[in-house]
Amino acid sequence: MVHVFKLNDVNAAVDTNSGSVHILDDITYDLLKEDSFKDKYKLEKLSDKYTKENINEALKEIQYLIDNKMLYSEEVILKNKIKPVFKALCLNVAHDCNLKCDYCFASQGDFGGKRCLMPFEVGKKAFDFLIQNSGNRRNLEVDFFGGEPLMNFDTVKRLVEYGRKIEKEKNKNFRFTITTNGVLLDDDKIDYINKNFVNVVLSLDGRKEINDNMRKTVNNQGSYDIIVKNFQNIVNKRNGETYFARGTFTNKNLDFTNDVKHMRDLGFKSISIEPVVTDPQEEYALREEHIEVIKKEYEKLALEYLKSRKKEDKRFSFFHFNIDLNDGPCLYKKSVGCGAGTEYIAVTPEGHIYPCHQFVGNEDFIMGDVDEGIIDPKIYNMFSGVSVNSKEKCKNCWAKYYCSGGCHANAYNFNHDINEPFDIACELEKKRIECSIMIKAKEECMNDN
Amino acid sequence: MKHIKTLTKSKLTDNLNNKGCGECQTSCQSACKTSCTVGNQKCENN
Repeated sequence: MVHVFKLNDVNAAVDTNSGSVHILDDITYDLLKEDSFKDKYKLEKLSDKYTKENINEALKEIQYLIDNKMLYSEEVILKNKIKPVFKALCLNVAHDCNLKCDYCFASQGDFGGKRCLMPFEVGKKAFDFLIQNSGNRRNLEVDFFGGEPLMNFDTVKRLVEYGRKIEKEKNKNFRFTITTNGVLLDDDKIDYINKNFVNVVLSLDGRKEINDNMRKTVNNQGSYDIIVKNFQNIVNKRNGETYFARGTFTNKNLDFTNDVKHMRDLGFKSISIEPVVTDPQEEYALREEHIEVIKKEYEKLALEYLKSRKKEDKRFSFFHFNIDLNDGPCLYKKSVGCGAGTEYIAVTPEGHIYPCHQFVGNEDFIMGDVDEGIIDPKIYNMFSGVSVNSKEKCKNCWAKYYCSGGCHANAYNFNHDINEPFDIACELEKKRIECSIMIKAKEECMNDN
Repeated sequence: MKHIKTLTKSKLTDNLNNKGCGECQTSCQSACKTSCTVGNQKCENN
């Protein structure tokens, strides 16, 4: 399977099965587009545009790549070698929040249930569960999530200390991350987080009016003025450790490049902005009619990204453009995807186990609890049976080894079936991948010059 | 090659026997939490 595309004067071909990515000149683009080189009639038409000598030369290069399995390579279906043991935990330490963001998938923090904080004992059992079910896996990840995790920060600290204690005994390595709205970030918390957490995700939507339109305090005021200075403070003291300023865009800011630029100008160099996931009936939802506008906006963002690479003070990274063409995940990982329900679980303050944070609150997806472990093999088996090659829509998609089948929760929420990917997300993902490849091609040219 | 430049240095299907250790980061633990992108995770074996 070969995907040929043109973007910002870059011609490219992606050979899905080998993962090879090629930059093409105009002749090879024309030859590969719609498999023209395989069609006598189309080939003849191209001889009006290019010399015979040039066409033959280009055809030889195409044949070389085919012979070396870098173009039109055959599919390799793997027997799953990765034994799915649990290695990552989304710990919902607070089903409560001090903001009430309009688009919150967690229903303003409580996930549709009662507002509560996770007791230390529940978190401790979740850690024990993770260790007991992680097999030989050494690296274990825990993301402190909510609601707003800083509302239960004493428990977070006790759990980090507990993790540090048992990781030595059990020969494991905990990697802690936290996702916060920033309202309660003070110097003490910042110092603690920067010392103990490998990644922090800071929720900010960009421009003040955009952020404040969605991310409101309980008194209906905007949160921007409270959180931006706190986020700048934590990032300034982060000493090069990973963080993301992470926004959500809705149909109210389809010009989200301006939000990314704004975040960059505030001093955030590591940025992510994600499409809102919500009921299509919501006023701010992203719908079919927005797809083309959003795709154009990603192209605009990609150009802005490239422009910024030339100036040290403007440089930023964008999560979805960070595709690693050479040292990325292996084919095994790319075939199975995010690992929800098989490698990754979310635990609620009551100790219920869900396949991931996005399913929390939908009681049909409770897989068990931290006292008894996995008690519902039906849900476990549903998730462990999913791969890019089990989903009809993915099988013949050129992008399947980049997104690895997409988000199960999106698929379920929109199509009531985790095997049926959400079309809008697929379209946007494909555009982001094309933009990333275009960026890599441009950067390669810059390096050559 | 004159007409084609290959950006990737290896193939997904290379050295499969040494792959699949499963130590890599879980994609949703990074930054997205909503829109799965596995392709930009790091391999822990490299």
